[in-house]
Amino acid sequence: MSKREGNASARKRRPDSDQKTEDFVSQSAVISAFRVFQQELDTRHDKYERLVKLSRDITIESKRTIFLLHRVTSVPNVEEVLNEADNKLDGVRQKIGQIAEELRGEDIYQFHKAFTSGVQEYVEAVSFHHFIRHRTLLSLEEINAALVFIKDETVVIKAPGEIQGACVLTFQVTSTDYLLGVADLTGELMRMCISSVGNGDMETPFELSNFLRDIHDGFAYLGNVGPYEVSKKLHTLRQSLGKVEDACYMLRVRGSEIPKHMLADVFSSRTAVMEQDEEVA
Amino acid sequence: MSVTEMFSHIQGFLSADQEVREDIRKVVQGLEQTAREILTVLQSVHQPTGFKDIPNKCLKARELFSTVQIHIGELRTKFPVEQYYRFHEHWRFVLQRLAFLASFVVYLETESLVMREEVAKILGTEVNREKGFHLDVEDYLAGVLIMASELSRLAVNSVTAGDYGRPLRISNFINELDSGFRLLNLKNDPLRKRYDGLKYDVKKIEEVVYDLSIRGLAKEPEAGGDK
Repeated sequence: MSKREGNASARKRRPDSDQKTEDFVSQSAVISAFRVFQQELDTRHDKYERLVKLSRDITIESKRTIFLLHRVTSVPNVEEVLNEADNKLDGVRQKIGQIAEELRGEDIYQFHKAFTSGVQEYVEAVSFHHFIRHRTLLSLEEINAALVFIKDETVVIKAPGEIQGACVLTFQVTSTDYLLGVADLTGELMRMCISSVGNGDMETPFELSNFLRDIHDGFAYLGNVGPYEVSKKLHTLRQSLGKVEDACYMLRVRGSEIPKHMLADVFSSRTAVMEQDEEVA
Repeated sequence: MSVTEMFSHIQGFLSADQEVREDIRKVVQGLEQTAREILTVLQSVHQPTGFKDIPNKCLKARELFSTVQIHIGELRTKFPVEQYYRFHEHWRFVLQRLAFLASFVVYLETESLVMREEVAKILGTEVNREKGFHLDVEDYLAGVLIMASELSRLAVNSVTAGDYGRPLRISNFINELDSGFRLLNLKNDPLRKRYDGLKYDVKKIEEVVYDLSIRGLAKEPEAGGDK
């Protein structure tokens, strides 16, 4: 029993015979199966794309928040900067709420790659904000506690007294995304340290140094247990820590001798020497 | 919470995660072993002696698939059902191979394309994610594409074994499969790359059919057959 060859349109023009009808039906089965696959895949890809867009928006807004927050070392009104940052972060959280909406009923890991970079950037921004205010590390629990969204559902009112349904959506940042965000945070803290030295701030550099050291020790403790990307960041983290520790050393040894406005210059020339040494070695 | 406490907490998560993955790896190893056994049974159809014995090979393979079902049943217990995609990478490869083997068996039995639902039944998985451990549609499609390559090989070897009708039927089947795949809007991912290989299978089978036709070896039971 051999199947008739020929393409779909040719087949439709042929007269019917038992064999040919059977072939027609079986061919349609394959084609209609693939139409279903096409729809499924298209839906999946479309959702992925929407999530990528949201992630990009989150990344941009989080980065802007971080730039904003760096100003606290140089402006007199720190509270104003922090409040403005708060507003920005609320906006970011709204976007995360939209991600939560997209992920409703889905397996979040299926789409994780789409939004992981945005989430990491958000962790970086919000923990930076938290550190400036409280001088502590924002915990994963605290981050996730803020990512609870109440969505008003308009429910058709079937009976008198039936209220509008509200549903609660959550977005949970994973341990890995949290770690990667905190690792990136250390870079910003290092920058903050350098700029606060330049502004003659004698306390912040030491606070930052201790904090950074704690974080570095935390990562060292994890070692290779974490995913590969985390281990990669450890290298940059060590460099940041080194720069901060050098800044503190300089302040301690020479801070009293040098006029404040020159501290930044002394520091940057020393790091330049250091970096040259690194390249030679 | 202090920094040290935070990292200690996370270390707990990561260790637990590693343990789950170790458990999963062990079961997947079992799956891979069974998949190799099924492949060994089915590979023999490429030899002239095995070629005559196809129905028995299929029965043997079906028996081995019940072992697959047991492994899958065990795999389900190793992680929370809603985290399928968190660990998907561990079994993606072996599941694709199993989908290929299932489609190959069904093709050898019926010369038709196995539907997703049937593969799921053979393997002991669900079709839809919501119901439990399922076969992802992309893994099913990857398995089908692997089968296409196997069929291009079978076309060649069936001629060697003296069956001149089979390549024609394989050719029709593969062309239909190709039409189906053309309907998909694939992204630049591994599935797309695998699909790109299908045209070589199509070409290879066409060449076999051509070789037979010009030598008048191809059987044409119906009149007016055109290529």
